[in-house]
Amino acid sequence: MSEKRTGAQILCEALIMNGVDTMFGIPGGAIMPFYHAMWEYRSDLRHILCRHEQGAGHAAEGFARSTGRIGVCIGTSGPGTTNLVTPIADAWMDSTPMLAICGQVSSTVLGKDAFQETDITGITMPITKHNYLVKNINDIAYVVKEAIHIATTGRYGPVLVDITKDALQASAVPDYSKKIFLPGYRPTVTGSKKQIKAALSLMLKSKKPVLMIGNGVMMSDASAEIRVFAERYKIPVITTLHALGAFPEDHDLSLGMPGMHGWVHVNRAIQEADFLMNIGGRFDDRVTGKASTFAPIAKIVHVDIDPSEIGKNIEVEIPIVGDARIVTLSLLEEEPEEKLVAEFHKNAAEWLTYIRELQTKHQHKQQYLNRPDTSTMMPHDVYAALTKQMNTRGNYRVVTDVGQHQMWAAQLLDWYKPRTHITSGGAGTMGFAVPAALGVAVAHPEDTVWAIAGDGGFQMTNQEMIVVIQENIKNMKIAIINNGFLGMVRQWQELFEGKRYSGTPLTSPNFQMLAEAYGWTGITVESVDQIDAAIDRAYATDGPVLIDFRVEREVNVFPMVPQNKSIGEMITE
Amino acid sequence: MKIHTLVVLVQDHPGVLNRAVSMFRRRGYNIASLVVGHTETPGVSRMTIVVESENVEQVVKQLYRLVEVLKISDVTEDPVVDREMVLVKLHVTGQHRAEIVALTEVFTAKIVDVAQNTMVIEMTGGPAKVDNFIDVIRPFGIKEMMRTGRITMVRGGKGHSGAELIDQAAE
Repeated sequence: MSEKRTGAQILCEALIMNGVDTMFGIPGGAIMPFYHAMWEYRSDLRHILCRHEQGAGHAAEGFARSTGRIGVCIGTSGPGTTNLVTPIADAWMDSTPMLAICGQVSSTVLGKDAFQETDITGITMPITKHNYLVKNINDIAYVVKEAIHIATTGRYGPVLVDITKDALQASAVPDYSKKIFLPGYRPTVTGSKKQIKAALSLMLKSKKPVLMIGNGVMMSDASAEIRVFAERYKIPVITTLHALGAFPEDHDLSLGMPGMHGWVHVNRAIQEADFLMNIGGRFDDRVTGKASTFAPIAKIVHVDIDPSEIGKNIEVEIPIVGDARIVTLSLLEEEPEEKLVAEFHKNAAEWLTYIRELQTKHQHKQQYLNRPDTSTMMPHDVYAALTKQMNTRGNYRVVTDVGQHQMWAAQLLDWYKPRTHITSGGAGTMGFAVPAALGVAVAHPEDTVWAIAGDGGFQMTNQEMIVVIQENIKNMKIAIINNGFLGMVRQWQELFEGKRYSGTPLTSPNFQMLAEAYGWTGITVESVDQIDAAIDRAYATDGPVLIDFRVEREVNVFPMVPQNKSIGEMITE
Repeated sequence: MKIHTLVVLVQDHPGVLNRAVSMFRRRGYNIASLVVGHTETPGVSRMTIVVESENVEQVVKQLYRLVEVLKISDVTEDPVVDREMVLVKLHVTGQHRAEIVALTEVFTAKIVDVAQNTMVIEMTGGPAKVDNFIDVIRPFGIKEMMRTGRITMVRGGKGHSGAELIDQAAE
């Protein structure tokens, strides 16, 4: 490697050396040298041309969340990079490993309000784990290595690298060997042995224990270890939105999702538990409800790789800083007295029986199926059919958008495998589903990837459908839960604002025709009896299919915890 | 609100001050004073941050999330040397000149500029002493004033050198 390369060639080689093989982006003036060089490396570095940088960013997120590998997106200077801001913020909130590569104007005009100049490092400082402005060709190789290292270690997150055009155009002999030097960045991955022992002995003293798992379990691939731990101690398991699939929902110990649209029995279990161990969740307000009322009796153990999450929202008895998988392995190494474990099993079994009674009484997954007018198509009918077909056919992944359809998907589909449920949780970004599903479909050509979106969110990013055609992607399907409203806002207006539907009724184009215009197969479903045939057809079609499910318009997501209330106070109808 | 003094060692990179200040702003923490400067170790800058917070532990943890932050110490309860400098320009007429000269001597301050109707005084001391000095000379008529903010160093052997942190990481 003693030959001279351009900065852009060095960028390509550094990306490949650090494990990147797929990127999503759009070219433009400042980033053009990178695109020029990329052509030479195309057999190792696949570039997928998106239609809007927001789409490229979400596609990179979908790629990253479904694989655990870094997702890479590219934008040119100015609007190209400001369009990446939303997915970067989304990746920040959901701890998604992402690398955003941005073109910047030449260093000679930087700071002079040049054409398409934007201070993107300044803009993204609060929503990236770290970011860089690279003005010197000799920094490119090292910065790429360091950026990917930061994004994919500790608590994952987005890192942005902004490179000036003249640095990309310059020539130099690259040095890829420089070792990573980060004196201020040493994530703690191994939990304190002492704290782990203390946590376990606290757990064994409890009579009503619950284990709550979050995004950290998914990100660290700790599902198998969590299962062994849960089974050894027979402790009931609660899965937050981002942990759906990390513990199989048909398992004897699985309780399901907590929080604002979690199940009554799950929230009641939390409120009555005398012990709660949260592994890899961050006690988001959508999980805790009013934080001061959350799990009032429980002694809480919090395992998180980010020390700042511990004690931020919920005060805890025992903090453990570490990687979810490594801490779970350490928990499994402990060998407490058999007598204690037997006593714990006995109590946990009684407790679980009690929770199951609550569940039987309160969990009505398909309550709307018992409606008087059978011709009405409820969203629930669609989800019931989808989950049945997905389970029968296997190998599926689901990407949801944000709103009612997202909560129904979380509640009504069955989640068995890690990284099969991908959604925008923390940021709640409408428009996430279609482009993120594109990223998932690229990463997993063997799986059928379903984007489920509302009619509102779908229209925010549906332009990415044409990318599926251009890239010849066959394994993506879209289900629109079309109720003619920005449904979740409408629901709040109905319940809390006297049904003043201000700004929520939504007119949409004919989605079937839109799909066909994009070269997709489009299907419209208007009644219950058409649902199964439509899904059958979607599966039978070798190529992308969109189904527009025109469901009953004013249906609410229940159960529900009103804003700033305790999760013990749920509205159930 | 409790007042805390934090000594923060950071990598001397462009933007590092911006990152730190931006974190305080967006999380709603109140900075009473912030001073940043070079240290004995090349590549390491040092900040003395005085912050008002009920939950300083969160402030410290959030600061640690910044990749370029090397070490944070809350020295609020430690024996420290605290210093701040102030430059004061006074409007001075002949009749008060002697009195002001006497006061500067009492406060071991220095007169660094004398003009026909003005005087500039440089004074260094602990924050309380600086406050006191300003109160005493205010009646004479302050035309301009600038305080530097506080810099802090722990007394005795316990210290905050960046050299060790840099060496460890380089290995």
